[in-house]
Amino acid sequence: MEQAIAEQLRSGAPPRAGTALSIEQLNAWYGRKQALFDINLTVPPLSVTALIGPSGCGKSTLVRCLNRLHETIPGARVEGRVLANGLDIYGRGIRPMNVRRHIGMVFQQPNPLPTRSIFENVAIGPRLNLGLRGARLRELVERSLRQAALWEEVKDRLHSPAISLSGGQQQRLCIARALALEPEVLLMDEPCSALDPISTLQVEELITYLKRQYTIVVVTHNMQQAARIADRTAFFLHGHLIEEGETQQLFTHPRKKETEDYISGRFG
Amino acid sequence: MSVPMPTHSSSASTLQPEKGQTHPFLGARSSLNLRRRLVNALVVLLTTLAALFAAGLLIYLLFYVLSQGLRYINLDFFTQLPTPNGEPGGGMGEAFQGSLILIALASLMGVPLGLFTGIYLAEFGRGPFAQAVRFLVDVLNGIPTIIFGLLAWVLIVIPMQTFSGLAGGFALGMIMIPIVTRTSEDVLRLVPRELREASLALGATEARTILQVVLPAARNGIITGVVLAMARVAGETAPLLMTAFGTTFWNTDITQPIDALPLRIFQFTLSPYQQQVNQAYAGAFVLIVLILLASLAVRLATGGFKQH
Repeated sequence: MEQAIAEQLRSGAPPRAGTALSIEQLNAWYGRKQALFDINLTVPPLSVTALIGPSGCGKSTLVRCLNRLHETIPGARVEGRVLANGLDIYGRGIRPMNVRRHIGMVFQQPNPLPTRSIFENVAIGPRLNLGLRGARLRELVERSLRQAALWEEVKDRLHSPAISLSGGQQQRLCIARALALEPEVLLMDEPCSALDPISTLQVEELITYLKRQYTIVVVTHNMQQAARIADRTAFFLHGHLIEEGETQQLFTHPRKKETEDYISGRFG
Repeated sequence: MSVPMPTHSSSASTLQPEKGQTHPFLGARSSLNLRRRLVNALVVLLTTLAALFAAGLLIYLLFYVLSQGLRYINLDFFTQLPTPNGEPGGGMGEAFQGSLILIALASLMGVPLGLFTGIYLAEFGRGPFAQAVRFLVDVLNGIPTIIFGLLAWVLIVIPMQTFSGLAGGFALGMIMIPIVTRTSEDVLRLVPRELREASLALGATEARTILQVVLPAARNGIITGVVLAMARVAGETAPLLMTAFGTTFWNTDITQPIDALPLRIFQFTLSPYQQQVNQAYAGAFVLIVLILLASLAVRLATGGFKQH
């Protein structure tokens, strides 16, 4: 699969079939503390899946298992399988870096590389991983910034420091940085929780627009946000997946009592 | 525009002490209050006096050194060799040259070893081995510097059968290692995890993440540590007595005895000639100013370039 994707990347931006994720019997630990218990979840291609639940329910841990970032924390451990179009990203011979090239991530706090310019922040991924340079690199940076709806705001100051941008702009820069690697899947860990309402709206519109090309998994503690942007929603509690389904179905006719209690604001 | 203020007579009256009673907020008996005020005044007085005394001593030191040596600080002082005993003029140019060479040698050894150890401790070191290294580095930091001179004497001076700049640089380099290690470990640990994850999430290897993201983010702190370590060894005297030894001639051959500013100050202070004693003061003043400038430059450079 990796080779096919690499070829696809070199040939430009083709229409895609999208990548489906299938999580099977996933367990995760921080040291001795188990954070996820036997998670089974399917993420359809070219859609937005929201993970909701109270703080500490494991939703962030799960999303960090999907690009093998969880295991970089000292003492953290994962068991189980995550299939990307049928290929287990935890399988033998799979290098975590390659997984992360194809499954991009946007974090809760905007985290642009502070010592680098706006341009460099977007260019660093494709330069290192795809070996792009010169005009093709500039083209890709522009395309990524346009996709992230940031181009018009920064095109005259591409070489100013990334930290000179506002919080909302920094977050869209981080999205552009992830898109520049032309990933299959985009993971977003509470991408709006550090943003003001207007920036939040922009990022939400962006997510809705991006799902035409990317499979998106977004963690949120904001149920209205999940209802606005997600096709499917999964509800987590204490490390267990309680319920998963069509967003509208889940919010209007939850099957489990815990889900109903949570979405009606009885706890969490 | 004037709105009549509602009166809350009931709540206002609760804060008024009633006749013959003190309000609980107003505290206990007044004799206790007096005692507390006296103790307070005494402590403020004592600490202020201590601060004045400490600052005064430093200022006195600077002025005394300056008054004794100022006359001898001129161009010759930096460019000429010492004159033969008793003759007027001359300087300690060879000491400045020697100090530069010794600091360069020490940095060549201390900076990479210290920085790499710092990176190891901050990024890879886990478990008992890392703990042991950390402990040893702390011990190394507390060892009297003359011991490093002895080590260089045993390891380099005796086998080479001569004092040398090499031995001096080795001794000073040993002193730099723990300083650079501790400061670089500390600043590397301060680099937020989100930043590393940003790089890892882009498919960068751990090595690339450290080299291209973590180290640049910690650059200012690392430079500060290195410059402060250099300033520290610039003033070291004891370990040089039995290694670099000193000379009153120009020398760039690091296999031969080499002069250093603190060594020259030491030698001239013991001199029977008044001029050399005064030149020692001049050297001391220049040394203080150089170290002061180094820490000032570091502070300006890193303070004016702060990262969030």
